[in-house]
Formats: sequence, structure tokens, C-alpha cells
Amino acid sequence: MTSTHPRSPLSAWISGIGMIAPGLPDWPAAQAVLRGAAPWQEAPALLPAATLLPPAERRRASRVVRLALALGLEAAARAGHPVEELATVFTASGADGHNCHALCEQLASEDRQVSPTRFHNSVHNAAAGYWGIATRSMAPCQVICAHDASFGAGLLDALAQVQVDRRPVLLVAYDSEYPAPLHQLRDTPDCAGVALVLEPEPGPHTLASVQLQPTPAAATPMADAGLELLRLAIPALRALPLLQLLAREAAGRVCLDYLPPTQLELQVEAAP
Amino acid sequence: MLPLQLSAYTATTCLGQGLDATRRALATGASGLGPCAFETVQLDTWIGQVPGVDAEPLPPPLAAYDCRNNRLARLGLEADGFAGQVRQAAARYGRERIGVFLGTSTAGILQTELAYRRRDPVSGALPPDLDYRGSHNAFSLAAFTRDYFGLQGMALSISTACSSSAKVFAAAARQLALGSIDAAIVGGVDSLCLTTLYGFASLELTSRQPCRPYDADRDGISIGEGAAFLLLERATAAPSGTVLLLGSGESSDAYHMSSPHPEGLGARQAMAAALAAAGLEARQIDYINLHGTATQANDAAEGKAVAALFGDRVPCSSSKGATGHTLGAAGAVEAVICALALEQGLLPGSPGSRALDPEIPIDYLLQARPGRLRHVLSNSFGFGGSNCSLIFGVAP
Repeated sequence: MTSTHPRSPLSAWISGIGMIAPGLPDWPAAQAVLRGAAPWQEAPALLPAATLLPPAERRRASRVVRLALALGLEAAARAGHPVEELATVFTASGADGHNCHALCEQLASEDRQVSPTRFHNSVHNAAAGYWGIATRSMAPCQVICAHDASFGAGLLDALAQVQVDRRPVLLVAYDSEYPAPLHQLRDTPDCAGVALVLEPEPGPHTLASVQLQPTPAAATPMADAGLELLRLAIPALRALPLLQLLAREAAGRVCLDYLPPTQLELQVEAAP
Repeated sequence: MLPLQLSAYTATTCLGQGLDATRRALATGASGLGPCAFETVQLDTWIGQVPGVDAEPLPPPLAAYDCRNNRLARLGLEADGFAGQVRQAAARYGRERIGVFLGTSTAGILQTELAYRRRDPVSGALPPDLDYRGSHNAFSLAAFTRDYFGLQGMALSISTACSSSAKVFAAAARQLALGSIDAAIVGGVDSLCLTTLYGFASLELTSRQPCRPYDADRDGISIGEGAAFLLLERATAAPSGTVLLLGSGESSDAYHMSSPHPEGLGARQAMAAALAAAGLEARQIDYINLHGTATQANDAAEGKAVAALFGDRVPCSSSKGATGHTLGAAGAVEAVICALALEQGLLPGSPGSRALDPEIPIDYLLQARPGRLRHVLSNSFGFGGSNCSLIFGVAP
């Protein structure tokens, strides 16, 4: 039996982009590299201070919190949206690996009295929680994990929110590294992430439109060998082929890795 | 929002495996809590442990997923014929048309906690049998469930601490409304581990007695574990009496990582959003299954939010005195309790609670009682200020 319910292809207008990755400190820098105007050079990811947080929290902010906040702020600023109005979808392949290691080490020791701060920072939605505190946003906030498929899972939910709730949604996809010994099991090399502001209607800040279809096709690789390594090494950077189209301000079609055997085909049109 | 039918549902908690045990406990006011004797944990607290979770390993093709959390998931999936219902839906719609949306806060972290006791004394390396993707990662639950049924479509874990498996309903409802999928497995599984037992103890949020939600002398939670699953489909031709998901509402506190907004502002927004999504007025809600963790702060804040929206005319209770706080599974466990309440015409009581807090002006039920229910609301709130309310009803 097949369903008679109409299928609406998931689609949205993109009005803001944020990016941080090794050798790509922000979206303008990434845009130049992805356009081919500048070479990609390997360098550790640079994580800005979490300037939105109160001083005490700012000093203690972990790498993953700094990463997620900076990504969200960059995309929201480009989209011209007050951050507190945006519904958010955070998606990450893991939580704070350094905090997780410290907790596991303590729980395996003689003294199991863990720090309360370490415990509340261990939740997968810690970065999302700090985003709410920093921006005073009471908007809905989704926090997703789908291991290597986390970017696609986040994109699917963000697009669905745009279409069903008819409101702008900020998608923040980010990953960070685990220290040893967890690094031997999960070798994500560094912090990186991508943020997109997705909207139901075009507006003055619209950069492009995107439409999503599931497909069994293989993912579009990156021509640059260094960028292709990044795409495969950091789950959020499975989005790189999409970002390359956006950087070139060109229409086109790319396929992103999702969850075998389902992949995501994205059709991008330049702004009207 | 587009109404969805609960085509099948099941819950496994310390009350027992499946709906019969759950129904019996709700009707009699029984509790499944007992003094903590989990693993090597030395804490003076009570917990809701599911018996027999570790009795059977996962089948060999799924061995990579073997951990307490996925063994508990399997116990849950195999109760009440739920797995059979999923297989029928997959045959009906196609394996790529069933989505998997599951909530968990700690997934199989216990496996990693135990592995840290077995590190190589020289190199510090973890033992090679630890499977990060299959147990530690938050997605392990959704990946296991997807592979258990050989599904091929979308899947995700939502991990927003104690609201995780309420928010899965909202995510699944969106994809069902858009026609991206034809059915969704939603639910939540969280299992006992050292991180949450010692973590909540470090925050001085665990009680030394069975938890007492909304009691004037409440002094903390009893951590539980549980697995609850529901199969959602669009309610295009739901037979009369079928339980429906009518609305969901989500909000953020934007206040503190581990304390709720003192006035319950985020909670109130989530409940109001769920009412708006369901197209219902506050007076049309006949019962509220509260988050009701039995911490001083949660119950005071939630009570204020409920009183502000509903006054004292809606009967309310928390079922955590029966199941314990099943954390990332609580939203789905309590969704099933709401479905049973609608199905049975029963308003559950609150085992453990004795003298109600006079500062909280709501109609709190200590004892179960029969009643005709048309619409019920369930609250789930988590660390990081994550709030979600769900509204269920019955097909006319």
C-alpha cells in the first residue's frame, strides 16, 4: 500500500551562513577557499571567545560551546535576524569529549564525587543550553545526534520546522574532538561546524534557495584533496559540497552523505 | 497540527515489562522503586531498576550495539507485540518510509564508564571491545532500532536531557505532516549508569527515600530507567477510541543549565504552544501528567506554570513516584501513561507523595480515580532549560 498523503519536498531560503573549520576561520575565509580564490591551508580551528556569555561563564566556556555560539552568531548576523527570535536546531555527532573523558576517569577512580558543573555540562544539549542563556532566546530548540549522519539529520528537521511552523530556523551543526584514550575510538581531528539560517520566504538577505530529495546516489566529493579529507573527517563538514555551491553563488545540484542507503540530494538556486 | 494516531505503544520500566504491568501499577498505586543496589554504586538513594535487563545479549548480527541501554531497548520493543506492528508497517509502506525518532540522555555511556576501569596500565588505552558508535554515542539507540527492523529511511536521536523523548514526537509529527515518511517509531530509552547516579547526587538532587512529587517535604528524585516506544501514523481514518497525538509545544528557559526558571516561564510557554497546536483551550484539558520530579525547584516552578494556565481545576499528578525519573525516556514513558489513562478512563495517582505542598495551588491527585478523559497533557523538562509539552486525545 502506498500513502495518498501529499509529499512536500523539503525546501527553504538560506539567508545566513556561519562556518568554522581547520584553516577556515569564518564564512568569508571559507567562501574564498571554496570559490578557488585562495588555497586551503591546514591550520587548527580558531574558536572565538564566547562574548555573549557573562564573564564567569565566558572564561569557563568549553571549546564546543565557543564553537557552537560563534557559528550561530555569524549566521544570524548575516541573516539580519535578532538571535532571540530564531528557533534553533543544534546537531552534533558527540557532546563535549574533554568533559566526558574527565567524568569517566573520575567515575573509574576511588573518588566518584564528580563536579556538579561537569555533570550538567555533560548533556548533549549543553551548547544549546548556553546559546539560550547567552541570547535569552526562549524559542524552541532541538538537539540532535546521528553520529556521522548528524548534518543530514539536523538539516531534515530544520527544513521541516521552516515548512510546518513557517518561521526562520537557525541550524547549527558542529563537532569536536575527543582526547586520548577516547580518541582511539573516535578520531574526529578538531572542532568544526556550519550554521545556516533557513527561512520560509525570500527576504532582503536571501542568498539562495535549497530543496532536498532523498536519493541512493553517492555523495559529491570535493575536488581539493585537503577539503575532501575534511569532509570525511568531521561529520558537520559533510555539508562542504553544499557550501561550495553557496560560496560560488551558483545554481546546482549536490549529493550529501546521510544514512546509508539514504543520501540527500540538494538543489540550490541563486537568490531571485 | 495534523493529528497522529498512536497505532501501537508499549512501556517497560521498573513497574514491569509491557502494558499489563504498567496498567496494574497505575490502578493500584504501586511503585517499582527500591533501594539502590546497582553495579558498584554506593549511594544512599532509591532507584527504579528494570529487572532482567542484562539477562540476554543482543542477537549476533547486532552485537556491535550490545550494551545495557540497547538490551533495555530490545526488552521494550519485544513487549506488547510492538515489534510485530513495526514489521507490518514496514511491509505496508516500505522500509524507507518509516522514520526513527528516539530520545536518550546517556545512551550506552555505562559501557564506557566500565571500560575506563580496564584501561591498559601502561598506555592508558581502552579495551578493544568497546564500540563507540554502538553504545557510547547518543545515536546508538536510534541506529540499533533502525537496524533491528532493517529500516532504511531517516533516523535520529534527540538528546535534550530529560525532555528528549517528548521532543521526538514534535520532530516525527513534522515529517509525517510533510509526507516525508508514512510512519514513525518514536520513544525513548535511558538506562542506569554512574554518570547520572553520581551526577544528580553531586547536585544534591537525589532523595534518600522514594521520591515524593509535589509533597511539602519532597527532597529530590529517584532515578529510574525505562524504554517506551510508540508507532505514529497520520490519523486519516483512525477508528473511534484510538489515542491521538493532537499537539506539541516546545520552548527554552534561557535561564540556567540545571535549574528551571523560578516562575516556570518556559514551562508555561511550552504548555501554551501545545494547546495552540492542538487548537484547544486550557479548560478542555482533563488531566495533566506533570514532569513532577520531586525536586523543590522543579515542582515549585512547574506548579506555578500550571496554576497560571489552568488554575486549580485540572486534576494533575506525576507518575515518577511509580517509575522513578527515567530521564531521557520520561517523555515517552509518560506519553504511554497518558495513552493508558485515556484508554482506561483512569487518572493516575502519585505513590510516595503524602502531604501536598500548600504553596502549590493545583488539583494534585494522590490516589488514582476513574474519570472520563477527552484530552490529557504531559510535561517534560530538561537540563539546559529544554521544555516540551504534548497533548493527547481520543478519536471520536
